[in-house]
Amino acid sequence: MAVAPQPDILKAPLVVEFPFTRSLGPVQAAFLSGLRHRTVLGVRTTDDRVLVPPVEYDPVTAAEIRDLVEVGDTGTVTTWAWNPAPRRGQPLDTPFAWVLVKLDGADTALLHALDATGPDAVHSGLRVRVRWAAERTGAITDIACFEPDDSTPEQIRPAPHTGEFEDGVTGIVAAARLDYTYSPGGAQSRYINALADNRTVGERCPSCRKVYVPPRGACPTCGVATTEQVEVGPAGTVTTYCIVNVKAKNLDIELPYVYAHIALDGADLALHGRIGGIPYDQVRMGLRVEPVWTEGGRYPDHYRPTGEPDADYDTYKELI
Amino acid sequence: MRPPIRDIAVVAFGQTDHRRTTEEQSEVEMLMPVLHQVLDATGLKTSDIGFTCSGSSDYLAGRAFSFTMALDGVGAWPPISESHVEMDGAWALYEAWTKLLTGDADTALVYSYGKSSPGSVRDVLTRQLDPYYVAPLWPDSVALAALQAQALIDAGHTDEPALAGVAARSRADAAGNPHAQLRGADVPHGDYVVQPLRTGDCPPIGDGAAAVILAAGDRARELCERPAWISGIDHRIEAHSLGVRDLTDSPSTRLAAENAGLFERPVDTAELHAPFSSQEVVLRKVLRLGDDVAVNPSGGALAANPVMAAGLIRIGEAAARIHRGESRRALAHATSGPCLQQNLVAVLEGRQGEDR
Repeated sequence: MAVAPQPDILKAPLVVEFPFTRSLGPVQAAFLSGLRHRTVLGVRTTDDRVLVPPVEYDPVTAAEIRDLVEVGDTGTVTTWAWNPAPRRGQPLDTPFAWVLVKLDGADTALLHALDATGPDAVHSGLRVRVRWAAERTGAITDIACFEPDDSTPEQIRPAPHTGEFEDGVTGIVAAARLDYTYSPGGAQSRYINALADNRTVGERCPSCRKVYVPPRGACPTCGVATTEQVEVGPAGTVTTYCIVNVKAKNLDIELPYVYAHIALDGADLALHGRIGGIPYDQVRMGLRVEPVWTEGGRYPDHYRPTGEPDADYDTYKELI
Repeated sequence: MRPPIRDIAVVAFGQTDHRRTTEEQSEVEMLMPVLHQVLDATGLKTSDIGFTCSGSSDYLAGRAFSFTMALDGVGAWPPISESHVEMDGAWALYEAWTKLLTGDADTALVYSYGKSSPGSVRDVLTRQLDPYYVAPLWPDSVALAALQAQALIDAGHTDEPALAGVAARSRADAAGNPHAQLRGADVPHGDYVVQPLRTGDCPPIGDGAAAVILAAGDRARELCERPAWISGIDHRIEAHSLGVRDLTDSPSTRLAAENAGLFERPVDTAELHAPFSSQEVVLRKVLRLGDDVAVNPSGGALAANPVMAAGLIRIGEAAARIHRGESRRALAHATSGPCLQQNLVAVLEGRQGEDR
């Protein structure tokens, strides 16, 4: 028995990045289409307030609201916060103020950035004007930012607007990227470190004695930590398999190939891997296989037949 | 307020030490000791638990389906009766409370955890914002809190020295809390992160987990010498657009507190989930907390803020005060989203005859 030592902490950069493609409701579509045409729209609520940015439903009564109006591109700062260190994706890459701006004709405020020389140049009540982006796509970023302005507030009742624009947008694509430093934790670090040494090491539950491969640190039946390391395999038995006919991205493997659940000798859980060194249509349940390690590989490239007789069904039926 | 149709109490609470990083542990490895702590405190085994509910967010550590891996720690196979919320554990507790109210279960295990260390939590939290008008601007969590802080200053509700005072009091009180991440009177208030908020006005970034056991009626009395009875609990939410809200007020907190029966009798303790110093100003006002109430004796979220667990910890800390006989009636508050977007209020009580 080997009690698990504290492994070297494994770490790797992990980037989670994806574009969200979102459809817009009629009010949102009109607002974002309007920005493309340097026009700011609001929506009138049932109690005659004008919401900017406009929403599809009244935040108080939940009524469907569709009465669009055009408000000004000048307004007044209602609150602000000076951002000395802009972060990725934010509207400006030099220090700026976050602001909530009540545009002339609106009763609510819009969040955006204000390009100002410093915190001393910003205060609540400051008059500001939209600075339009040079290229506009129908997105909130069509407003590049706000800038200080010397206009006086306009006390006009905003005029109705059809919400119809040439080249109106019906959706947005919002890119998102988050950067992480991934660390897999104790049990998985031990597993990965052993793999680099061409060994497959599971962990045993101190209560039910099951050996989990790969280990995740806890026994899902007993709810206790698995701490005892147990080397398993190297050979094992195919418990079930499938024939893959779809080419995976960035994977240079000839089709079709076989992907299998493999119960390594001594393990109480099947792991999965590719079967090679045998025609795909000859792979079968009970086939005995062993890992094939490539030079410098941190995990088995695939598993190949050992040439032993097939395992009896009763020896692996609990592991399917 | 109508009293709950069934008496339900917090009978055990446990939490990890909250640390800047737990890179040597996976989520389940971080969580398991806390689960065992509350089970040991009650003498229950995982198989005795009627319902399990957890709160976490995979976005924090960038680890897909981490909540299913965390379930290994409660012995979820063969399948148990469980649920998960992508919210602070305080809302998992609310779901568990309703489950116990139905009579389907007599005990519930509630846990939550957050590992903020692998990512940049300020940026991660932008992904919970309105995806059409707000998220594309990437306004980070400190920036949004700073807009609220400035609104409070402009309205005359606070000023920067008062905010620094909230931060200093919280860290000084946390000196007695061995689990806290930022403790003691010597925590510097620092430079502006986003003006008017300085480093000291912001919560520490770190990893941690917490667990609570709920039990109903006589079962609670069997499991705990002095149960912390939930006499009321409710949660409410604001309109989602920041510009629609009055950031100096929190009507959702006030309504939740009314529905939880907070204002019927005074409390002696309040554990408020105010990750930013300025948010305590709002909460004290709407919850009508006087100087005679011990606010955040644990140090609160300014001393340890494991995201997704910090709200559940407020309920746990308030309950633990009752368990220890240090409180008779305590308020616990949890929040979620930017600028106190959503708020949960629970009132916990010790009972005559169950005193030590």
